[in-house]
Amino acid sequence: MENDATDDVTAGEVPDTEAAVDAVGVTAEADHGGGLSFHPMDQFIVKPLFGDAGDPVYWYTITNATFWMLLTVACVALLLIVATRGRAIVPSRGQSVAELAYGFVHKMVEDVSGKDALVFFPYIFTLFLFILFSNFLALIPTSFSPTSHIAVTAVMAVAVFVTVTVVGFVKNGTAFLSLFWVSSAPLALRPILAVIEVISYFVRPVSHSVRLAGSIMAGHAVLKVFAGFAALVLAAPLAIFGVVAIYGLEVLVAAIQAYVFTILTCVYLKDALHPHH
Amino acid sequence: MEGNVAEMGQFIGAGLAAIGSGAAAIGVGNVAGNFLAGALRNPSAAGAQTATLFIGIAFAEALGIFAFLVSLLLMFAV
Repeated sequence: MENDATDDVTAGEVPDTEAAVDAVGVTAEADHGGGLSFHPMDQFIVKPLFGDAGDPVYWYTITNATFWMLLTVACVALLLIVATRGRAIVPSRGQSVAELAYGFVHKMVEDVSGKDALVFFPYIFTLFLFILFSNFLALIPTSFSPTSHIAVTAVMAVAVFVTVTVVGFVKNGTAFLSLFWVSSAPLALRPILAVIEVISYFVRPVSHSVRLAGSIMAGHAVLKVFAGFAALVLAAPLAIFGVVAIYGLEVLVAAIQAYVFTILTCVYLKDALHPHH
Repeated sequence: MEGNVAEMGQFIGAGLAAIGSGAAAIGVGNVAGNFLAGALRNPSAAGAQTATLFIGIAFAEALGIFAFLVSLLLMFAV
């Protein structure tokens, strides 16, 4: 009897949840679906590429987030493998772009973190190119921006945080803790500073990830807000100028945020390798 | 004029927290302006300090991001 009852409950639950998901999907579409009256945050919805809500296909196909991340990886591979295949002494356009990016990040790691940090150069270069390309691909109209999602940037920031902490303890042992003991400050101030330093150390992954996700998300939302003005005849010129101006700004932000994420990784790595103030 | 007072407080708090973003903008402007002032006095030394400029901007911006985060939490998570 009890088994039967539980069976009934589970059998009853499955269609219920599907119906609920169905309803959510339908209302999300119906509330601000077509036309010019859209919600600025609609562009950040992660949804499967194929199938309708409720289909089994719906749950097992890749989402738009997966697709644009794969496209990012493909573009990076295209730049670094195909464009540099010629290995010419006088480089082609593609090859010189790849060489410039390589040289730029290599110099950054060397200048900021020191020569012994070059072991981590492949990791940092990967992070830089992934963020840069995903930011630039997100600027294609109707595309999806993976770096606007805190889930994507948090994974990268936490990976950097864990790497840096492990490297710090492996290279320096317990001497790594001297990072929190500011020896240049007066002795009475040091315990207070130690508390502040510890807090700021653990807040690093938060600010590291939210900075990237926040600026990309805010920029794209502002673009859509200006685009929404096009629905009003009087505000339509404002929409055109606004979208053009913000788009130009977003190109700049895309590059700068990739640079900032990378250089902060280098700074954190420098702290791990040389913790003495 | 019906509504939830807690929700109203939530939205007012989110708006107040967003003031912090403006304060961070002042900070970032301060960093960049002082860099420019220094760079125009000694342009030959400026090129080597661009990394420092961006690190300074990033740290000033971090506190604005916390304000933004508090605002987001009030809007969507509380």
